[in-house]
Amino acid sequence: MTETAIEVNDLTVAYHERPVLWDVDLRVRPGALTAIVGPNGAGKTTLIKAILGLVSPAAGQIRVLGRSYREARSEVAYVPQRGSVDWDFPTSVLDVVLMGTYGSLGWIRRPGKREESRAREALEKVGMEAFAHRQISQLSGGQQQRVFLARALVQDARVYLMDEPFQGVDARTERAIVDVLRELRERGDTVVAVHHALQTVPEYFDDAVILNVRRIASGPVGEVFTEENLRVAYGGRVPFLQGVAGGASAARDSPPPPESPVDRRARPEAT
Amino acid sequence: MSIGELFSLLLFDYTLRTVALGTAALGAVAGALGCFAVLRRQSLLGDAIAHAALPGIGLAFLLTGSRATPVLVLGAALAGWIGTLFVLWIVRSSRIREDAALGIVLSVFFGVGLVILTFVQRRPTAAQAGLETFLFGQAATLLLRDVLLIASLGGAALVVLALFWKEFKLLSFDPEFGASVGLPVTRVDLLLTSLLVVAIVIGLQAVGVVLISALVVAPAAAARQWTDSLSVMVVLAGFLGALAGVAGSMVSSLGGGIPTGPTIVLVASLAVIISLCFAPRRGLMAGFLRERGTRRRLRVDAVLADLYALAAQHGEATSHAHPVAVLRAMQERRGGLERSLEALESRGLAREVRPGEWCLTKAGVERARTLFLPEVAP
Ligand SMILES: Nc1ncnc2c1ncn2[C@@H]1O[C@H](COP(=O)(O)OP(=O)(O)O)[C@@H](O)[C@H]1O
Ligand SMILES: [Mg+2]
Repeated sequence: MTETAIEVNDLTVAYHERPVLWDVDLRVRPGALTAIVGPNGAGKTTLIKAILGLVSPAAGQIRVLGRSYREARSEVAYVPQRGSVDWDFPTSVLDVVLMGTYGSLGWIRRPGKREESRAREALEKVGMEAFAHRQISQLSGGQQQRVFLARALVQDARVYLMDEPFQGVDARTERAIVDVLRELRERGDTVVAVHHALQTVPEYFDDAVILNVRRIASGPVGEVFTEENLRVAYGGRVPFLQGVAGGASAARDSPPPPESPVDRRARPEAT
Repeated sequence: MSIGELFSLLLFDYTLRTVALGTAALGAVAGALGCFAVLRRQSLLGDAIAHAALPGIGLAFLLTGSRATPVLVLGAALAGWIGTLFVLWIVRSSRIREDAALGIVLSVFFGVGLVILTFVQRRPTAAQAGLETFLFGQAATLLLRDVLLIASLGGAALVVLALFWKEFKLLSFDPEFGASVGLPVTRVDLLLTSLLVVAIVIGLQAVGVVLISALVVAPAAAARQWTDSLSVMVVLAGFLGALAGVAGSMVSSLGGGIPTGPTIVLVASLAVIISLCFAPRRGLMAGFLRERGTRRRLRVDAVLADLYALAAQHGEATSHAHPVAVLRAMQERRGGLERSLEALESRGLAREVRPGEWCLTKAGVERARTLFLPEVAP
């Protein structure tokens, strides 16, 4: 196994001359769950897309499993942001999941029995097997998210890149998704997920990348998920909660109400 | 002329049969490929290709001196294709958005096309006669060999569509995911757009530059209303396109000099209107009925809640009857009280103890509990 699943060196990406990622260096540990966190517009989606070769960087190199993305492609799966597609598209759940097999099928060949049974297996893993023939516009947000996850599972990859897989899902779906992620980790696969809810980062993830145009910190959650780092990323207005910074145990004990403004004086200094 | 006579003409009149075959073929191809344009929100693309094709027709005639259909179609296809490349190039190399780029290409190419056509018409030769029919289309000018050309080019486009079905579907639904699994998105996009160019240029002679895009957009928009499956949608749009083509060309072939394009557009628009109104689930009518059903259910539930509230005040829930007048006072501006009470009675949830006085049944109390208690509970 390679020592790093994903290696990013000096990555700079600009849209219309405005840099949205600046000189980002990153090493993603294989076999771990890594969260990418940062405020809106921090470049989290752009970082994922750059790794996938969907946006061309102004500078920098990216290696996936020690190779270029093109060479590693068959071992990478992608869960895009749920809002990136038109869910009114005339197609069924099974059809969308089958798209995960297109990469290995190659040109013109259609998915057959074998692909279909793999797709159904993936749907089962995310608890959506009963919805195989449902039209996708009739799904709830959480169900859409699980369909995208199933499509990635069908890709049978070693590295999974997910853009806000928990966005807009209910508590039950969130647990189901977390279970899938842990199962992937047990198999030795690598998962990188953009994650919005800071309070669950220590519970769900092993490593974290804190990003705001620049990479502010990356490493094991216990080391990098400090109030200091988060304050740098979020510019002082941290949309999070007492007790998050400093480690997993504190977060699990007392989840305060989300989105509460930070009271700096009252906050006990976390260590 | 009666419908029967029209159909016998369609079957036995050689010219009309030829024309109908041609327009059916081009309608089917435009309808099928139009689905992808509509689903990708590129409805303007067909219009841009058609207008961009016009200078190609004029130049092809000027350069070759021939007005044979294959020559003009080739010229149109090249110009239409170059037009779409321009759109791609503008979008990539500037900050102009796609719809604006389409508008720019459409108007510039069309303007140039009109200039060339005017120039051609001023020349003192007889051979140019008829080029202006490309503006609004004249299906009656289709000859058998034109129809064969339409059918073979259109058929080829449909074969390619079937071959690359899965690639086109992925491109249309989720191009970024497609790119992540190795789909060469730009090339597949170009291929799909080229097929659309083919579908459009084979229709220019019969339908015309100005209105052919209706044959691309309308059948697809209509078909979308009736199905949630891409393959069914494409087949249905092809069928509707063929229908619109035949109907339009027939009306215009009957004489009176009615151009084909507008007629086809009218027929296709009719299909869209009918589909928008009456399609199950997605149609306006279905939406209206659904909403009325929901509102009625809510009204019935509200009456049930009122009866339950009264019962809670008086005790003896299933025996103490309450006059309709009381219920009406509680209902404030919500109509249909009698109908709601009858609905409750027919479901066995309430009964009329004496004329005009109602109370809940046991089942009604149970039902009200399941409906309302969670909210009432402290
Ligand atoms: N295609 C694009 N064109 C121009 N600007 C973009 C584009 N995509 C994203 N941006 C900008 O780049 C910045 C980073 O975006 P993104 O990576 O989506 O942030 P995040 O996912 O962290 O919210 C934002 O300011 C956004 O407006
Ligand atoms: Mg994002």
